[in-house]
Amino acid sequence: MKIAVTAKGNDLDAEVDPRFGRAAYILIVNTDTLDYEAVDNQANINALKGAGIQAATMISGKGAEVLLTGYCGPNAVKTLNAAKVKIAAEVSGIVKEAVEAFKQGKYEYTDSPNVEGHW
Amino acid sequence: MIISVASGKGGTGKTTVSTNLAYVLGAKGQLLDCDVEEPNAHLFIKPELAESRTVYATVPEVDVEKCNYCGKCAEICQFSAITLVGETVLTFPQLCHDCGGCKEVCPENAIFDGKRELGQIESGNKGVIEFHHGRLRIGEAMSPPLIKEVRTCTRDDKITIIDAPPGTSCPVITAMKDVDFVLMVTEPTPFGLHDLKLAVEAVKKLGIGRGLVINRADAGDDKVREYAKQEGLPILMEIPFDRKIAESYSRGQLMVEDSGEWQEAFLQLFERIKTN
Repeated sequence: MKIAVTAKGNDLDAEVDPRFGRAAYILIVNTDTLDYEAVDNQANINALKGAGIQAATMISGKGAEVLLTGYCGPNAVKTLNAAKVKIAAEVSGIVKEAVEAFKQGKYEYTDSPNVEGHW
Repeated sequence: MIISVASGKGGTGKTTVSTNLAYVLGAKGQLLDCDVEEPNAHLFIKPELAESRTVYATVPEVDVEKCNYCGKCAEICQFSAITLVGETVLTFPQLCHDCGGCKEVCPENAIFDGKRELGQIESGNKGVIEFHHGRLRIGEAMSPPLIKEVRTCTRDDKITIIDAPPGTSCPVITAMKDVDFVLMVTEPTPFGLHDLKLAVEAVKKLGIGRGLVINRADAGDDKVREYAKQEGLPILMEIPFDRKIAESYSRGQLMVEDSGEWQEAFLQLFERIKTN
C-alpha cells in the first residue's frame, strides 16, 4: 500500500516534517517495497492560502491511502476525509522509522484537525 | 471629484482629516468610510444610519449530477477554493475571491452561483452631510469586494471624501484606485515616514495626484518635511500636537465644530487640493 509522509528532506532518512501543507517534501512510500517518490512541496510552502488543500489533493492523486504527519488543519482534514485518506497526526522522528511504526500498527487515525487554520 | 484620504501608517489622523473635511463641505460633499474592518467616521459625524443592506460575494456551488470530474475548476483556481479528490468536488467558500473562473471553464455547466456574506453597507445623513460606510462581517477575511460596493455610493454631483483603510495592500488600493486626488496624512515620526514612503510609491504607480497633511506637526523631527520636499509632495496642511484637539477627538467632536479658524483651514485645504 502507498502512504504519504511529510519530510524535511527528500529521502527515508529525513526527519518527519511536522507541517502538512507547508512541509518541505512529501514522500509517497510503498510500504511493501519501501520504494518512494519524493515530491518537492516548494510551491505550496509559499502559497498564500490553501496549502493543506493542495497537498491533500496531491497525495490523493498519487494514490496514498494513509498520511503520516505532525499537524493537520481544518481545510486539509476536510479534503483528506473526502479523499478517504486516513490521517495519523502527531507523528515525529525519522521517516523510515515512522513507516516501520505504521506497519506495526502503532498509530491511531484521526478524522479531526489538531490545529487551527493558518497556525 | 473623489478625494481619498490615506496614510500608510494607521493612527495618523485619516479619520480626523476626512470627517472635518466632509463637515466643512456640507451639502456639496459626501463621506464614504471605506475602512470597513474598523469603520469609525460615524462616531464623529453621528449620522442617523437609516438604510442598511447586506453585500455578498458570489462563490461556486457544484451540481454533482452534472459534474464529470475533469478537475478544470480546481486547476484554474489560484486560491484552492475548489478542489477535486477522486469523485468528490470540494468547495471552500471562505477562500473564494469571486473571479468566476471555475464557472467559466466548467464544460458541463455544473457550477452555479452560491453566496457568502461580506458585510453590511449603512447609509444616512447628519443634517446636510451624506454618509455611507461598510462594516465587514466578523470572521470575513476579504475586504476589497465590500470596499468596492461602498464606492458605488459615489455620486457625480458631489465631492466624495473616502476615508481609506491604513496600509498599502489590496484594501487601500481598492479605496484609492481611479480617484482624482489622494490626500496622505502622516505624522513626523520614523514610523510615519517609513509607511508614508510605501504609500506614496503605491499612489505614484496608480498615477494619481497627491498632497500631504502633517498631523501632530510639532512633535517628532523634520525628516517627513525633507522627504516631502525631495518628492515634490506638497504639504497642504499642518495640524499641531495640541491637547485641545486630542480632547475634542476623545469626546467624538470635530475640530471644526466650534472653531471658525479650523473651518477656514479645512476650506483652504480643499482649495489647495483643487489646485494641486
